[in-house]
Amino acid sequence: MEWTSYLAPLSQGAWVTVQLTVYSTILGGLLSFLFGLGKLSHNPLVKGFSVAYIEVFRGTSLLVQLFWIYFALPLVGQAIGIDLRFPPVVAGVVALALNIGAYGAEVVRGAVQAVPKEQYEAATALNFTSRKRLWRITLPQAIPEMMPTFGNLAVQNLKDTALVSLISLGDMAFRAEQIRNFTQDSVTVYTLVLLMYFGMALVLTAFMKLLERYVGRWRAAGR
Amino acid sequence: MSDPIIKFDKVVKRFGDHVVLDELDFEVQRGEKVTIIGPSGSGKSTVLRILMTLEKINGGVVYVGDQPLWHQWRREELVPASEQHLRQMRNQLGMVFQQFNLFPHMTVLRNLTEAPIQVLGVSKAEARQRAMELLEMVGLTDQAAKYPHQLSGGQQQRVGIARALAMRPKIMLFDEPTSALDPELVGEVLNVIRTLADEHDLTMLLVTHEMHFARQVSDRICFFDKGRIKEQGTPEEIFTAPKEERTQAFLKAVLDPDD
Repeated sequence: MEWTSYLAPLSQGAWVTVQLTVYSTILGGLLSFLFGLGKLSHNPLVKGFSVAYIEVFRGTSLLVQLFWIYFALPLVGQAIGIDLRFPPVVAGVVALALNIGAYGAEVVRGAVQAVPKEQYEAATALNFTSRKRLWRITLPQAIPEMMPTFGNLAVQNLKDTALVSLISLGDMAFRAEQIRNFTQDSVTVYTLVLLMYFGMALVLTAFMKLLERYVGRWRAAGR
Repeated sequence: MSDPIIKFDKVVKRFGDHVVLDELDFEVQRGEKVTIIGPSGSGKSTVLRILMTLEKINGGVVYVGDQPLWHQWRREELVPASEQHLRQMRNQLGMVFQQFNLFPHMTVLRNLTEAPIQVLGVSKAEARQRAMELLEMVGLTDQAAKYPHQLSGGQQQRVGIARALAMRPKIMLFDEPTSALDPELVGEVLNVIRTLADEHDLTMLLVTHEMHFARQVSDRICFFDKGRIKEQGTPEEIFTAPKEERTQAFLKAVLDPDD
């Protein structure tokens, strides 16, 4: 078989990989802010829940989290009488997002805490409410600081999507495995897939760089 | 005629074991321009930071206007102030910081309009107009669209002053406003403060090491030492005939550092 004939099924898989990456990165980003700010909350319940989430998902294997959500959760649901069966795509996106969200939450917390306390004082002196201080003073300064690490996390997430092939989701890694089983042409198939992941990572990195420049455009003014 | 707008009644402030304010009694009259001088660590800045509600107190009562600042009345008893009470009180005060503390992600104009719009609920057009008036006063109308990092230290501090004034405070607190500036930029900031000192209604409380300036603009000078007012009086009294030995030594050290 010609290697070009691998491209059609691999492209199909690539599209699934792109979707998984985009959805789980966006959802993971939201979770990062939710729990990163939650960990800074003065409410002990919110804070405790956020800390627990971050520690559990950083402290366990993504693969096991994925299996747990896809295989174990439906059984737990059955036992308590709720339907917790998810299609593989949903399980995959949720597992990836929960995982990246736990790492991202620490990034958000760190960047928010790194905003100089003088900025809090200036905002207090101008009588901002704590909510407006967060949205208008702290976060606009913290977000540009988060972006380089968020870029790394997004690429990490792209590569982690390969794990979802193990819950029979037809992503790029899954297609590659199928073709290899059929043709035994490991070298060609895996080289192609390697290059395709690399290409996607390049595009993702470039996009994150643009985003970084956009949210921090005030820093470059006049320079 | 005693109508204090600020009153410290036996105020105690500690950082750990270190006593910064030691049962301080201190009053400022409405419209008065008071300068606090003294050695570092004597509690000068702490007085301003307590007034701006950036620093809590450990004892005593602070009054601003006729209301307690860090307390509120509940059934004729003083209880610790709620955030709501603090927000109400803060509206009367504005502060200028040693390190300017401008918002780096906002243009000069937005630094001046953000709080009036977000906190006071002023319309955008009105906030903008007021901001341009203030920029005119501090001589920076041509810098409105720039970001703070594009300005010199002196220009940033003038924006800092304008930003505080945009909230129309009754009391302005200046915490060593020229200490972080290159010597050649001090004058432009002092000139702006001097203009403000001419405003009859505005109460000003200034912590500075610029003794000649303090002498020109102040109605009263307070010399702080070890968390208390060691000596106070008119600039004439303090600078030409200080009574306390500690004041004499401090002024000598500051005014003729070469001796």
